[in-house]
Amino acid sequence: MQKNYSEKKFFNSSLQPKSETINFLINYSKSLSIIELNSKKLEINLN
Amino acid sequence: MINNKLSDSQLISDYIKGNEFCLEILIKRHKQKLYNFIYSKIQDRDLTEDVFQDTFIKVIRTLKLGNYNEEGKFVSWVMRIAHNLVIDHFRKNKRLQKFQSSENFDIFSVLRDNTLGAEDTLIKNQIDNDVRDLIELLPNDQKEVLIYRFYNDLSFKEISYKTGVSINTSLGRMRYALINLRSIISKKNISLTK
Repeated sequence: MQKNYSEKKFFNSSLQPKSETINFLINYSKSLSIIELNSKKLEINLN
Repeated sequence: MINNKLSDSQLISDYIKGNEFCLEILIKRHKQKLYNFIYSKIQDRDLTEDVFQDTFIKVIRTLKLGNYNEEGKFVSWVMRIAHNLVIDHFRKNKRLQKFQSSENFDIFSVLRDNTLGAEDTLIKNQIDNDVRDLIELLPNDQKEVLIYRFYNDLSFKEISYKTGVSINTSLGRMRYALINLRSIISKKNISLTK
């Protein structure tokens, strides 16, 4: 008997993170600075 | 202009050196795969958004702190972070019981708001007034004990002190007051319920 195969789509293209989330992450990264003080690393977030 | 064809490894290296644009490329390159992965586990768009964001916050912090070890593929590492965050989410949810309404079950059918609505308040006031009218029909000594007990919230010891009779007499008067009230209600065929 012949079997019918179909390509199973792994991704649902409609499922995407919101652009606000992406923008937030980009801005978060830009605002985050690490400084080393007495061999300790400090995180500074400048908004 | 940075070439979008650069490898993940090259982009990470440039990002660590301070090129912020490389992060944007990395996020956009892997966003769909990661988002689908998280959504496949959680099945909730808002929570997926949160876990996606938390995953990249962790990625950014690790990279900027210089704690990233390039042992495997970047995307596998990111997926592992997301996977751990998804597990954290389910652990937290297990501790906090969550109910979701469905077609067959509505949480509000078992949860009630105990405050009275306008109609219930009117009915309650009407019943209170009816009871007060009925109490007025009782003999004075019984009426006195009942009002002290239910409206002034006094103990039988306090009532006996105020009325100058023994506690047993107060208890007896209360008993007769209730019997008489029931009898009046029955004779007059009054309904004091909704």
